[in-house]
Amino acid sequence: MEHVNVTRGMASMLALVAGVGMAQAKTDIVVGMQLEPPHLDPTSAAAGAIDEVLYANVFEGLTRFGPDGAVNPGLAESWEISEDGTVYTFKLREGVTFHDGSTMDAEDVKFSLDRARAADSANAQKALFAGITDVEVVDPQTVKVTLEAANGSFLFNMAWGDAVIVAPESIENIKTNPVGTGAFKFDNWVQGDRIDIVKNPDYWGEPAKLDRATFKFISDPTAAFAAVMAEDVHAFVGFPAPENLPQFDADPRFQVLIGSTEGETILSTNNKQAPFDDVRVRKALAHAIDRQAIIDGAMFGYGTPIGTHFAPHHPDYVDLTANSAYDPELAKSLLAEAGFADGFTTTLKLPPPAYARRGGEIIASQLRAVGIETEISNLEWAQWLEQVFTGKDFGLTIVSHTEPMDIGIYGNPEYYFQYDDADFQQIMTDLTAESDPAARSALMKQAQEKISADYVNGYLFQLAALRVANAKVVGLWENMPTQANDLTAVYWQE
Amino acid sequence: MSAAVLRVALGNRTLVIGLLLSLVFVGAALVSFAWVPQDVGLMNIPERMKPPSAAHPLGTDHFGRDILSMIMVGARTSIAVAVVAVVIGMGLGVPLGLAAAVRRGSLLDEVIMRGNDLVFAFPSLLIAIMITAVFGPSALNAIIAIGIFNIPVFARLTRGAALSLWTRDYVMAARVAGKGAVRISAEHILPNVTNLLIVQGTIQFSLGILAEAALSYVGLGAQPPIPSWGRMLADSQTMISIAPHMAIFPGMAILLTVLGLNLMGDGLRDLFDPRIRRDRR
Repeated sequence: MEHVNVTRGMASMLALVAGVGMAQAKTDIVVGMQLEPPHLDPTSAAAGAIDEVLYANVFEGLTRFGPDGAVNPGLAESWEISEDGTVYTFKLREGVTFHDGSTMDAEDVKFSLDRARAADSANAQKALFAGITDVEVVDPQTVKVTLEAANGSFLFNMAWGDAVIVAPESIENIKTNPVGTGAFKFDNWVQGDRIDIVKNPDYWGEPAKLDRATFKFISDPTAAFAAVMAEDVHAFVGFPAPENLPQFDADPRFQVLIGSTEGETILSTNNKQAPFDDVRVRKALAHAIDRQAIIDGAMFGYGTPIGTHFAPHHPDYVDLTANSAYDPELAKSLLAEAGFADGFTTTLKLPPPAYARRGGEIIASQLRAVGIETEISNLEWAQWLEQVFTGKDFGLTIVSHTEPMDIGIYGNPEYYFQYDDADFQQIMTDLTAESDPAARSALMKQAQEKISADYVNGYLFQLAALRVANAKVVGLWENMPTQANDLTAVYWQE
Repeated sequence: MSAAVLRVALGNRTLVIGLLLSLVFVGAALVSFAWVPQDVGLMNIPERMKPPSAAHPLGTDHFGRDILSMIMVGARTSIAVAVVAVVIGMGLGVPLGLAAAVRRGSLLDEVIMRGNDLVFAFPSLLIAIMITAVFGPSALNAIIAIGIFNIPVFARLTRGAALSLWTRDYVMAARVAGKGAVRISAEHILPNVTNLLIVQGTIQFSLGILAEAALSYVGLGAQPPIPSWGRMLADSQTMISIAPHMAIFPGMAILLTVLGLNLMGDGLRDLFDPRIRRDRR
């Protein structure tokens, strides 16, 4: 009797399984990520993970980045720029509402921009708003932004995740309950595990194709590998173990997407700390490093060598890798010239990602070959931010700068690698004031050449966007022009 | 006498196998000071993750370093950490145990033994992780962390054995002869617990190697570029399906060393304890 029951139970279970298999295309997705956001306000923290969950999905700005990195209209339908380039008049889209039902209008834009540029603003990229002198509400659908001087990259600046439009009604709880205008609504955050977002039925534009998306945080590379293999996650963005990708590639269940990112991976050098205040020592460092060995050894070949702090896929990129070609003999003679014939010892502080931990071991071995001994310390991100980024207590560190077009950081002498050069700062000032595309292009090239000639940091490689996804998932961005995982166009193909 | 002991010792298969295994790894560590097949600081990226071959008997790791050389130099780290940890444990634990035995039931005894209980009550690896997290990861801090947890082991063992010795007639005689507690402990008690200490020391040594591997595995032991078995395992973790030899060989090194030391400990106990020896016969 009991046997019969068991068999019948099994049969119905099989039917159930089969039923699921025959169902329509899935309408939900689980996206794996390595880092969890510290909170959910993209306008008050530098953490890239916040934008990677919320940008374009939940929050939108006046303009937005497209999958190719182009600046497209966002909440602003169109804009007019005054003759002298100092006044931008944005025409906002009609009928846009925040997820809490309130209307998005010019008052919200003024609130967002004023909040970001305020003296006590916690915005991580205040430089984006620095030139704004006034934000004026003309009518509910029109905003007039006045700049101090013409700024050729203003529309680009407004596309950043740090410049998204937020509402005064919901700002208080934004860190735990973000309310935006995007095609997805924030649903739930289980800290340490996942963030759920659901389709916004009242979206002003093309609605999201998925009903629900979950960002799942898996920090351990082995666990990430297992989760993808078991199909517990349907896509993993920023896959932490490049060595596993060939295996996914060979498996018909998965697709591997290798794209470009804005992540310049550099051997950051403390320009104020002896002996790195001597350009000959920094030049020696640059020549002691074999980039290809680092790309192969740390990233298993995924990455493009760079010779300056600029993305190779950018039209204004100048290939300056020859300027710091691998030449240990030259490095040794430069060190001798600077008075370090017997080498010296310095610190190498490494954050958690594989490019830093593995790359650090390789660099330590390459530097040892020219006489520079490094004391490696492996730090967690919080310690790294405290000791290196804020405390500036380091000799060398390895980090990937993933913000788009961030060469401007070299103009800030207070930035953690402490490069202080009046000529470079002048180039940046000129660049901000210039709006003629040809002249801007020339200035950007000049800036790249300047930091390469000064050997500010060791320029290693452009980080590749390593993603693995279920073969049936369609619509993920090919490249990563900004820190984002735009899921609005993603769907399952059956 | 010594020839007889040697004969018994050689007749004890456990002891012989344990001794041989331990000697292989101690020998490898010693040889590595003079010679290794390839410099462990030498990276050769194009030759990475190669399976065992004539040039690299145990293959190469993800940086193209020779795994045999890494294991030999790694043995140095493991053995050094474990030896110093045992020395710390014995150096502090044995005097504490002897002192507690002298004044059985006194306040001193209570303080020492309850202190031991306190250390025992903490999960040792967790405390080791805390110590290295606070003072920074390094081989030295790993030694201290592991050493601290060896103290109560030796203190307890010494006290237990010493208590029964204190009731013996020859100790009585020594007391009647006017010898002080410190002198009796040193001259009569300590020599009689040495056998026990050697056996326990061997066991703690193997546990020390395991603890060092565990700490290195989580990144809190010896720091790169110093090779360490635990970190070799951690490094190979994501590559286990493409280059299994990277995990197998350091794993085997840990397994065989710990096995060897445990067998040796068992064998020594059999050798030292005549009652067990008689039962075996």
